[in-house]
Amino acid sequence: MNIRILLAALLTLPLFNSAFAETPEEKGLTIAMEADKRDTGWKDQKSDMKMILRNRQGQETQRQIRNKQLEVKGDGDKSMSIFDSPADVKGTAFLSYTHATKPDDQWLFLPALKRVKRISSNNKSGPFMGSEFAYEDITSQEVEKYTYKWIKDETYEGRETFVLERYPAYKHSGYTKQVAWVDKEMYQPLKVDFYDRKGDLLKTLTYHGYKQYLDKFWRPDRMEMFNHITKKSTTLTWENYAFDNGFTDRDFDKNSLKRAR
Amino acid sequence: MKLIPHILTRAVVVTIGSFCILPHGWTGEWRGNIAGEFRYFPQEPLDPRQFDGANFSLAAQPEYYTQWDDGNQLFVFTAFARLDQNDDERSHADIRELAWTRISESWELKIGIRKVFWGVTESQHLVDIINQTDLVENIDGEDKLGQPMVNLALIRDWGTVNLFVLPYFRERTFPGVEGRLRTIPPVDTNNPIYESSDEEKHVDFAARWSHYFDIWDIGVSYFYGTSRDPLFVPNNDGSALYPAYNIINQTGLDVQATVGDWLWKLELISRDGFTDRRYTALTGGFEYTLVGLMETQYDLGLLSEYLFDDRGKDSTTPFDNDLLLGGRFTLNDVQSTEILAGIIFDLDNDSRTAILEASRRLGDAWKLTVEARGFNNIEFNDALYNFRHEDHLHAELAWYF
Repeated sequence: MNIRILLAALLTLPLFNSAFAETPEEKGLTIAMEADKRDTGWKDQKSDMKMILRNRQGQETQRQIRNKQLEVKGDGDKSMSIFDSPADVKGTAFLSYTHATKPDDQWLFLPALKRVKRISSNNKSGPFMGSEFAYEDITSQEVEKYTYKWIKDETYEGRETFVLERYPAYKHSGYTKQVAWVDKEMYQPLKVDFYDRKGDLLKTLTYHGYKQYLDKFWRPDRMEMFNHITKKSTTLTWENYAFDNGFTDRDFDKNSLKRAR
Repeated sequence: MKLIPHILTRAVVVTIGSFCILPHGWTGEWRGNIAGEFRYFPQEPLDPRQFDGANFSLAAQPEYYTQWDDGNQLFVFTAFARLDQNDDERSHADIRELAWTRISESWELKIGIRKVFWGVTESQHLVDIINQTDLVENIDGEDKLGQPMVNLALIRDWGTVNLFVLPYFRERTFPGVEGRLRTIPPVDTNNPIYESSDEEKHVDFAARWSHYFDIWDIGVSYFYGTSRDPLFVPNNDGSALYPAYNIINQTGLDVQATVGDWLWKLELISRDGFTDRRYTALTGGFEYTLVGLMETQYDLGLLSEYLFDDRGKDSTTPFDNDLLLGGRFTLNDVQSTEILAGIIFDLDNDSRTAILEASRRLGDAWKLTVEARGFNNIEFNDALYNFRHEDHLHAELAWYF
């Protein structure tokens, strides 16, 4: 995360705690920064993701993607995704360098042509692989990508949560607002409502089966996204989470993208 | 008597078991596709020996891949074969890849038959020179023959340097006498002419530096060796063309700037030794994407590229002063439906080439691709004059495994 914001947080936090009452915006940002702080230091991770797309009639289609991530200090994370199915895109690989404030750098490897294509990262609101997840829903969530407002504390499915609103601070978002239920113990979201550009409720995302890794980092093993307009839904499941893989920048460059399998 | 089958069974189980687990980390896998193809040419061929109307064809491309040594050593094998109804030259097989790769923190060594792509533009691929074009597959030049090579990549903070030694030259494939989309007269691939007395055994060299800074992706390349593009020499009675492969020096530049919804692209080459003088050719343009067209999930990309060759009328390519205008429509649906359409206008005459490509996944493992090409108003002095009756529709249904 951004060093300046961290410093600002360190300087301002004692003030909040002692004399003055926080505004809802300050409290929202404090919660987001605490969540970010608690999820810092994982260094690298990999996981196998399965995506189940369901149309209005309930017909299912599956996709399988392997993910690798590298934590980058002072900037967004680097990630590589390798597609295993559907079979016609098998071997296609996607490399992304996320940035907090400037646009992400993204490359796609097309195995049939052996071609690496730099692609525009402006397509944030578009569907990822035909699913109900937009690109912006699955990229690394840096604190600076949103502004925040705490709304209330609430019990959600038996868990104590903060209810936060967050407003995309980056361009080209498909959303005006997201409402997140953040678990007070894990500092991880349990549910997010997404509001479209007209301000209407568009999608709801719920997180299931959180497990703790390295005694510190919480990861869900399933996410459910439901589109209220189209009635289509997408399930993401994760398996084989692994940390401390010893990844370096070399595992996330264009050379490694070309031979990703 | 009972013991022997028992031991045999055990032996088989142990053998299969050890095959599955040994050597440690060995994860070989097969993948690939089998595709049926239909082509239809509505116009009568220029040469009566060419087939008229429809043509069926079947192709397969299996691929084997394995890695070991913690993923630091890779082996890949990709075979390709096609069986064509009418064209004997199009019925062909090739080893697309048969290569070993060794990966280290600061270098990668690749030895064997491989395919390497350089470049950024869509309408033509000037800079891309390592592999020979498998022209019988598709005249878009994107199908390539496997190239034997030793390739060392040096990975530094200031970019990647790829060095290539290319010990064997692959001749371009051309349609046979009965085939369509060919020159009149046909190319005789049994009688190639080489400038070098080493012929196809001439050892070629290439190098490329590539890097990325912020919005820029850049590559500078150099090639010395047998030109992948041939010149054509008519035989004595004018019944065939002999391909002539000269020794060339080619310097190339490819740049892409990714600025918001705009991709700005440039490919530039300077080639010496091909024809009587050094010449320069370029492709430059943009792709602008309208994301979420009119509040839908669809994207529309608008493409334009200018194609230039400073030899003008003496060019060996049809694209010496031409303009591509096109659009890429992406539905972002579960079936990954895409439509690409474009027209290349010759700015010196009224010749036009129109291209339509559409693809859609069917179920989980099938993909349908439809291509149509039209050659319109092709003038007598245009390099595409041979193709003036070659409008065609191409449909392919592929099964992936």
